Amino acid sequence: MEWDWQYSGDIMPDLLDGLKYTIIATLLGYVIALVLGLVWTLLRRAPNPVVRQTVRWVTEFIRCTPLIPQLFFFYFVILPQVAPALHTVLPFIDFQEPIAAGVIALGVHYSTYTAEVYRAGIADVPRGQWEACTALNLPRSRVWTDVILPQAIRKVIPTLGNYLIAMFKDSPMLLAIQVVELLNASFQVGAKSLKYLEPITIVGVLFVIVSVISSILVRRLERRYATV
Amino acid sequence: MFDVLDSHEELLKGAWITIQLTVGGSLLALVLAVLFGMAGVSSSRWVRGLNRVYVEFFRGTATLVLLYWFFYALPLVGFKFAPMFTAIMALGLNVGAYGAEVVRGAIISVPKAQYEATIALNLTPTQRMIRVILPQAVSLMLPPFGNLLIELMKGTAVVSLITIGDLTFRGKEIQQSTGETAWTFFWILVFYFVIAQVLQLFVRFAERRVDRMLGRRPSRDTSLATVSASAAGTGVGG
Amino acid sequence: MPQSDTAPESSEPKDEAPAPSLEKATGRTGADGVPAGKDPKPIDAAPLPKGGAPGITFEKVVKRFGSNVVLRELDFTVAPGERVTLIGPSGSGKTTILRLLMTLETLNEGVIWIGDQTLWHMDRGGKRVAANQKHLHEMRKQVGMVFQQFNLFPNMNVLRNLTEGPRRVLGVSQDEAVERARELLELVGLADKLNAHPTQLSGGQQQRVAVARALAMQPKVLLLDEVTSALDPELVVGVQDLLRDIANASDITLLCVTHEMNFARDISNRVLMFDQGQIVEEGPPEQIFGEPSEQRTRDFLQAVLAS
Repeated sequence: MEWDWQYSGDIMPDLLDGLKYTIIATLLGYVIALVLGLVWTLLRRAPNPVVRQTVRWVTEFIRCTPLIPQLFFFYFVILPQVAPALHTVLPFIDFQEPIAAGVIALGVHYSTYTAEVYRAGIADVPRGQWEACTALNLPRSRVWTDVILPQAIRKVIPTLGNYLIAMFKDSPMLLAIQVVELLNASFQVGAKSLKYLEPITIVGVLFVIVSVISSILVRRLERRYATV
Repeated sequence: MFDVLDSHEELLKGAWITIQLTVGGSLLALVLAVLFGMAGVSSSRWVRGLNRVYVEFFRGTATLVLLYWFFYALPLVGFKFAPMFTAIMALGLNVGAYGAEVVRGAIISVPKAQYEATIALNLTPTQRMIRVILPQAVSLMLPPFGNLLIELMKGTAVVSLITIGDLTFRGKEIQQSTGETAWTFFWILVFYFVIAQVLQLFVRFAERRVDRMLGRRPSRDTSLATVSASAAGTGVGG
Repeated sequence: MPQSDTAPESSEPKDEAPAPSLEKATGRTGADGVPAGKDPKPIDAAPLPKGGAPGITFEKVVKRFGSNVVLRELDFTVAPGERVTLIGPSGSGKTTILRLLMTLETLNEGVIWIGDQTLWHMDRGGKRVAANQKHLHEMRKQVGMVFQQFNLFPNMNVLRNLTEGPRRVLGVSQDEAVERARELLELVGLADKLNAHPTQLSGGQQQRVAVARALAMQPKVLLLDEVTSALDPELVVGVQDLLRDIANASDITLLCVTHEMNFARDISNRVLMFDQGQIVEEGPPEQIFGEPSEQRTRDFLQAVLAS
């Protein structure tokens, strides 16, 4: 079978449609991961040991289990329950849509990773910084927002960048709940004509190109914010 | 809650496939990681280039895309493989690329003084690597390898999408036949969690052994360095 | 081949024959006017390398790191069996000399002779060409080194640290390697640490093991690179005494870089004072430490002794 350039051109609009969903899932999921991860991290420093241990095991559980069954769990179990409530808060989003479940599952899954990153970043802030805050008699909330978090987050920016790439590469799994993202789009196009080679190869090459370019960008970030 | 466990035979069959994929994939990944990782510290620029091409390419691909390509696209140009073989190839090639970076990084982290001592003892380059450098590098490799192993195990769930009867696939079957959606997926996730915990036990056991060999006291502090190392390990699957 | 007269032994490896008796060895060093060890019990010299120690010659040796010239056309000679200490401010190129001899750094210009063989060059069809790995491997057989930071292999216990080289490189049998390791550990006073792990030893003990490990390879030239600088003060003297006794009981060619002037006086026949990659002054230790002729030497000694 020969590579068909004509066909490759024809399927481009369909693939671009898929790309739209890939980008939405990655970026929105990333926002959830960044925010929720911080919540996990702060809860793990909560004074109540029950809270700390619960959060520890819940995040461990989410991190150690695959995204695809989690997608099923969110799509079939959790969202049908909470969609009406969420819909009243954010009326412009239909939480019954697969893409909503996909974004939330992806974000929650990766929040357990970003939580670890924040935790390590905070542990990396020198003890002297805490002591200086005590010496200055800064209030607790100020210590976090003005001293510790700015330093910690600055250090972990490159690592967080790596996780954005990781989420981009995991986004094809959303096809398990029928989100027509890039890979699913290419698959459906292929199924129509039974010519899978071109669409899937194009998607594969696209993933490699985007990942390689973004890892170069992350390496730049690393140089700039020199971690460890 | 426990009705789902009536189908435990199905679940165990699925778990067995998941374990087979994990073991097969990680063995392939380990071999590729060591080969290409050592290529990455070669004195020949050509061999180092080989390492870069492999690492950048396979780190850049998503497992699922690779799997679809092997499974749907390659047969059209005349390469047809058994699904299990395809899955192990996709998982191993992908995780192997992350592993190669771990191996390369560990080797260059062994203190230069150790390398100089091997020269002073007149060991040959192969002996230097096998007798002194690699054994010390192993202790640096193990924690990130542990993370990669979990990532690979999670990555096996993608095979359910090319109709291999792994844990996730059986879960969907049971859900459809029983209608017990919530509990089915709950138990599936618990199965995965147990497998992950067992794998972590293995890795910790290995870490302790290596630490003892190196006369170190084991420490399990998560430093930014180890988290960064495992960051590289994600995107493997989920 | 200008140095053939300094090292006839190295061309006749048969001379490595059974070690001469301790009396003979100490007698020889005594004749060199080196003070005998303070230790009343003479050390057992059986496992020490004997005979055929080559001389060393540097001919217009240049070593640069980037634009920084560390050694400038350096010339000097060490006679077979001679014990030379290199002193001088840090950055004067002393350690670089040892590292060049151990092939840890590559040579930029000039020639280094060990006995009648060039270290960094070999003869191909009558032409002197850069040495290949095989030649370096052959040349390194004569040289051993003890490092400032000991550099024991943490993935091996003490015994294996001592047997690995002899077995893998010299092809000695396991039994023989273990036997020699035992003798050497006895020599350095650590016979009971055979199965210990390097990290379980104190710095002084680790350095003793490192000395034994270097001797296990039966080097004819031994390089000591600031071997006591990393030790706690109370451990320094023990290691220094050991090295002095070993030096007295063997006829190894010794090159030593140190900041301990007492040790330099104790162990060497000759002292070379370095500054900026050049020899400023040289002579027997009594002269260099007693009545140095150069102002720079006096300044350096004053600074070292004041600290």
